[in-house]
Amino acid sequence: MADKKPKKVKVPRAIMPEQDPDVRRRNFEEVPLGLTEEMAVTEASRCLQCKKPSCVEGCPVSVKIPEFIKLIAENNFSGAAKKLWEKNALPAVCGRVCPQEDQCEGKCILGRKGTPVAIGYLEKFAADYERKNGSGEIPVVAEKTGKKVAVIGSGPSSLTVSGDLLLKGHDVTIFEAFHKPGGVLVYGIPEFRLPKEIVASEVATLGKMGAKIECNSVVGASVTIDELFEEGYDAAYIGVGAGLPRFMNLKGENLIGVYSANEYLTRTNLMKGYLFPEYDTPIARGKNVVVLGAGNVAMDSARTAMRLGARSVKIVYRRSRDEMPARVEELHHAEQEKIEFVLLTNPTQFFGDENGRLTGMECLKMELGEPDASGRRRPIPIEGSEFKIDCDLVVVSVGSNANPLLTNSTPDIALNRWGNIIADPETGKTSKKGVWAGGDIVTGAATVILAMGAGRTCATSMHDYLARGW
Amino acid sequence: MAKIVNREEMAQGTIILNEIDAPRISQKAKPGQFVILQADETGERIPLTMADTNPDKGTITIIYMVVGKSTARFKDLKVGDEYYALIGPLGTPTHIEKVGKVVCVGGGTGIAVLHPITKALKEAGNEVTTILGSRSYDLLIMEEEMRAASNNFHICTDDGSHGHHGFVTDVLKGVLENEDIDLVVAIGPIPMMKFCSLITKEKNVKTLVSLNPIMVDGTGMCGCCRVTIGNETKFACVDGPEFDAHKVDFDELAKRLASYLDDEKKSLEAYEKCKA
Ligand SMILES: Cc1cc2nc3c(=O)[nH]c(=O)nc-3n(C[C@H](O)[C@H](O)[C@H](O)COP(=O)(O)OP(=O)(O)OC[C@H]3O[C@@H](n4cnc5c(N)ncnc54)[C@H](O)[C@@H]3O)c2cc1C
Ligand SMILES: Cc1cc2nc3c(=O)[nH]c(=O)nc-3n(C[C@H](O)[C@H](O)[C@H](O)COP(=O)(O)OP(=O)(O)OC[C@H]3O[C@@H](n4cnc5c(N)ncnc54)[C@H](O)[C@@H]3O)c2cc1C
Ligand code: SF4
Ligand code: SF4
Ligand code: FES
Repeated sequence: MADKKPKKVKVPRAIMPEQDPDVRRRNFEEVPLGLTEEMAVTEASRCLQCKKPSCVEGCPVSVKIPEFIKLIAENNFSGAAKKLWEKNALPAVCGRVCPQEDQCEGKCILGRKGTPVAIGYLEKFAADYERKNGSGEIPVVAEKTGKKVAVIGSGPSSLTVSGDLLLKGHDVTIFEAFHKPGGVLVYGIPEFRLPKEIVASEVATLGKMGAKIECNSVVGASVTIDELFEEGYDAAYIGVGAGLPRFMNLKGENLIGVYSANEYLTRTNLMKGYLFPEYDTPIARGKNVVVLGAGNVAMDSARTAMRLGARSVKIVYRRSRDEMPARVEELHHAEQEKIEFVLLTNPTQFFGDENGRLTGMECLKMELGEPDASGRRRPIPIEGSEFKIDCDLVVVSVGSNANPLLTNSTPDIALNRWGNIIADPETGKTSKKGVWAGGDIVTGAATVILAMGAGRTCATSMHDYLARGW
Repeated sequence: MAKIVNREEMAQGTIILNEIDAPRISQKAKPGQFVILQADETGERIPLTMADTNPDKGTITIIYMVVGKSTARFKDLKVGDEYYALIGPLGTPTHIEKVGKVVCVGGGTGIAVLHPITKALKEAGNEVTTILGSRSYDLLIMEEEMRAASNNFHICTDDGSHGHHGFVTDVLKGVLENEDIDLVVAIGPIPMMKFCSLITKEKNVKTLVSLNPIMVDGTGMCGCCRVTIGNETKFACVDGPEFDAHKVDFDELAKRLASYLDDEKKSLEAYEKCKA
């Protein structure tokens, strides 16, 4: 029973094929399986190729969104990947982890009446296609300038700075405290969301472009910035992230079984605790797990606990669902994987047995009051509403602060009152000559793409300095 | 880099010494600081204190007791082999100054940790009395080095095979009774440090201990190494490893060290089986 007047069929937004929730919640393989070529081309054809693309305004690094999507629609997948690279050195990463709903897709014109173009899926598609099928050729590096740059840390901001400066012909040495480069991309974000092979391949590209990578170098302890300058470096970039876990100072917080998210995720991801005993580092496999907090880090911890064999995993959060800071997609994934949300609830203390092992916790119910400084409604405890939750593992995931190890060794770099480095927003310059900073150490815990944006800003300014002076 | 240039077995093969090529660390390391080592990519990150450094040669020395899989793997490394990762120097160095009369108490591999501190305290002009203890004389390490770093020297063995028959705490008590001591540094097994601390607290003598909680990164990033010091949580890898003994919650530390007991046992058994 066809319509009389054939209407233009609206193509629905692509649905990402995913591992079945009941299967994937017990393995560490990537959850989204990726769009097929047909799906990608169809999805790309939904883009209206706006003259003034609002999506681009939503992207912190102004990826040429309509242009790269057009190339996908035309079946030129390699071309699309190269178009992405013009603005974004890590599209395979960003396509997977950017909070697109707040950024590019949040601004897409199609989102006003229906569903936005799946920019993230397409970005992942093009980057994955090129990694698997591309020629592996590296970008052309300019003639050597003879200038040497020290890049401290190897997270997304540092990788961006390194790529940009290598392209301009500068010598780059990356100093990383851990034994593997990649920052949060390797130690924090789990394999099932961002396969480590992708990060390794991005780092390998930098290596081919000439970057030297000195792992196991804790700047501030193994060597100081001043010593690097004495050794002949002309400029330094600090991208050491926000690596200091916040605890809640509750009674019983040092019981065995209470982890910071940093420790829990580092043991699992970087040290590959999920492969114990093949890998030597153990990780507690909790039966009844509680994760405190509701950001991306909390979702990653909860979903990791499920994969490590938990019977039940609860997210305990003091505000309501609307205030949860995690990416919408991750919340959704967590729910599908049978993570429970215990909202408007705040922990008050932990209980343990005679061996110092966690056995449970006490919580208080909350209600929402007036909006606070962050614009979110402030949670207020309901008196007398205490209740207990039995648990043998708690992951405290309530944020992180600036780690003072490096900044303690460089008193001439000005910090704000939270210990974050003060950097000029236009250039990324710090108060110390020849030193730039960007990413989470400047902004506090933020996002991959913001860290990369800061890296780009700094690299531009550093190049200018190396050519013309401070 | 991180190549083993010299290796010795001590205390009947239960304790191993490695001298490792590490020019940068050897230049910078100060008494009380430690390094983190990894045998290979699959290995754990293991903290060990530097028992000695040789900046001219560009080497550091570690001395460790073989207790679990990771240290068993380290034991299998020969001269010429390399550690996959060597990171340091980490931790806050010992505050070395001339205070007058100092007593250094060491037990087990704690003696290795104590060695550079004792040397530095003596070089700073302190009168150093050293008390070393072990279960039996053939398990005692670094006797000569420690004797050379001390003004007065005592050995205690649990089985009476040498020196005083009994615990280091007996000798410590005697010294504190006969002399005005300005500082005690006690490094060894947790019970030893705890009981030394109880004795010196009675006499109100300032006492330092070096704590050895389980660690991961060693840079203040994970909080695995948290210890309770006077009701406050501290991260031993950056705030320590040395702390005011009278404020340390030794019982909590002992419990936290048992966090992974079952996994560690399994891990070691599997390794030994695989080797056999
Ligand atoms: C579990 C988790 C999940 C996340 N999920 C998302 C997500 O889905 N989407 C998103 O956009 N963002 C996410 N984020 C945030 C994002 O990962 C960070 O904002 C981003 O990685 C910050 O990058 P950076 O370059 O500032 O440094 P980081 O990635 O933090 O890297 C810093 C690096 O510096 C090294 N370092 C530290 N101190 C020293 C020193 N003294 N010397 C040498 N090296 C040092 C560290 O070892 C580390 O490798 C997540 C974060 C975490 C922890
Ligand atoms: C700052 C610091 C400095 C240290 N310096 C030295 C040193 O100079 N020489 C030395 O021999 N050891 C030292 N240690 C202890 C050493 O790190 C551990 O013995 C080692 O991690 C054990 O690893 P494993 O895999 O072989 O044993 P595991 O299988 O992990 O443990 C076996 C058993 O050893 C005990 N154990 C585990 N971890 C520790 C620990 N951190 N400290 C004490 N006992 C532990 C537990 O009872 C455990 O059940 C130091 C620890 C710290 C934190
Ligand atoms: S980098 Fe992130 S915000 Fe920008 S277009 Fe890609 S997914 Fe969107
Ligand atoms: S706003 Fe949406 S439709 Fe317009 S160009 Fe961007 S992605 Fe395409
Ligand atoms: S070992 Fe991670 S904070 Fe000390």
